[in-house]
Amino acid sequence: MIAYLAMATGFLLILIGFYGALTNRNLLRMIVAFTIADSGVNLVIVAVGYMRGRTAPILDATVPAADAAARIIDPVPQALVLTAIVIGVGVTALMLAYAYRLYEKKRSLDIAKFMDLKW
Amino acid sequence: MIKRVSVLLLLLAVGAIFATLLAGYEADPELNLTARYYADRTAADIGAANIVTAIVVTYRGLDTLGEVTVLFLSAAILGLVLAQGRKREQARRERVPAGELLTTGTRILAPLIMLLGVHVFVNGHLTPGGGFQGGAIVASGVLLLLLADPVKHFAHGLIAAVESLAGIFYVAIGLLGLLLAGGFLDNRFLPTGELGALFSAGAIPLIYSLIGLKVGAEFSAILADLSDTEEL
Repeated sequence: MIAYLAMATGFLLILIGFYGALTNRNLLRMIVAFTIADSGVNLVIVAVGYMRGRTAPILDATVPAADAAARIIDPVPQALVLTAIVIGVGVTALMLAYAYRLYEKKRSLDIAKFMDLKW
Repeated sequence: MIKRVSVLLLLLAVGAIFATLLAGYEADPELNLTARYYADRTAADIGAANIVTAIVVTYRGLDTLGEVTVLFLSAAILGLVLAQGRKREQARRERVPAGELLTTGTRILAPLIMLLGVHVFVNGHLTPGGGFQGGAIVASGVLLLLLADPVKHFAHGLIAAVESLAGIFYVAIGLLGLLLAGGFLDNRFLPTGELGALFSAGAIPLIYSLIGLKVGAEFSAILADLSDTEEL
């Protein structure tokens, strides 16, 4: 149930992010929309690794190494999401830098003002 | 109008795909083959209590090196893009000083935040967390310093030195693994020790601490670069 709830929330966040990126004309709002979609993707991937009644993939007194395979959830999606979050930060920072340069050039953040690559 | 409708149609189509995915999803009752391998072998092979750390730092260590490189590249490009065509003198404009509350709060909190960040990445092989998380916490301490004292010129040189030294040592440790143990970034050229002890899991604490320093320095550089753009 929790997995479905988390997954549905993640898909919803992706849709909200797409909607925001497609309908907003302000570059900063588009960047925020992209980060929302990004969080949604991460949430979905983590939810895929969830298994009912199991615990975090960390070995200790309550999760001995001998029967770890029966006690822990899938560690692979968590490792993937760790990578995805870090790369997401880098992408967001780059988008912000480009938005800044574009604003410097045209003194506007409205995407409709940037016609150079439009045909 | 047409644009709105097409956006709505696109969202409906994507939403339909998501709904099918969600409806067809069934949680695995057992771990899949890859996850089972990691669960069974981590304690004996790597000696790290945190299996996610074992995957990120050792099993898929090369990917993590690539990830750190991507982060470095984005920080470098950001610095390049923002520095282009900017006059250095113009950037040193008068700024409003931070309030009493923020300045005093920073004096108490910034060292504690940095300490927490170091704690998180030094214990990355034992507890949830690790180099990336700890580095992000360290950078949030740097952000607090930037907010409290925006007039002070930030030590770009120190950040760059920490970042490049951590990167060099990271690759050097990887090469040591190649020479003394099974392969590039193999952690077992140091004793794996007792599961759950601070000095265990071979070179993982070393590698993750270096990653923590590198990520912290990269995020700090990004923050410092972005904060230099304030005067527009």
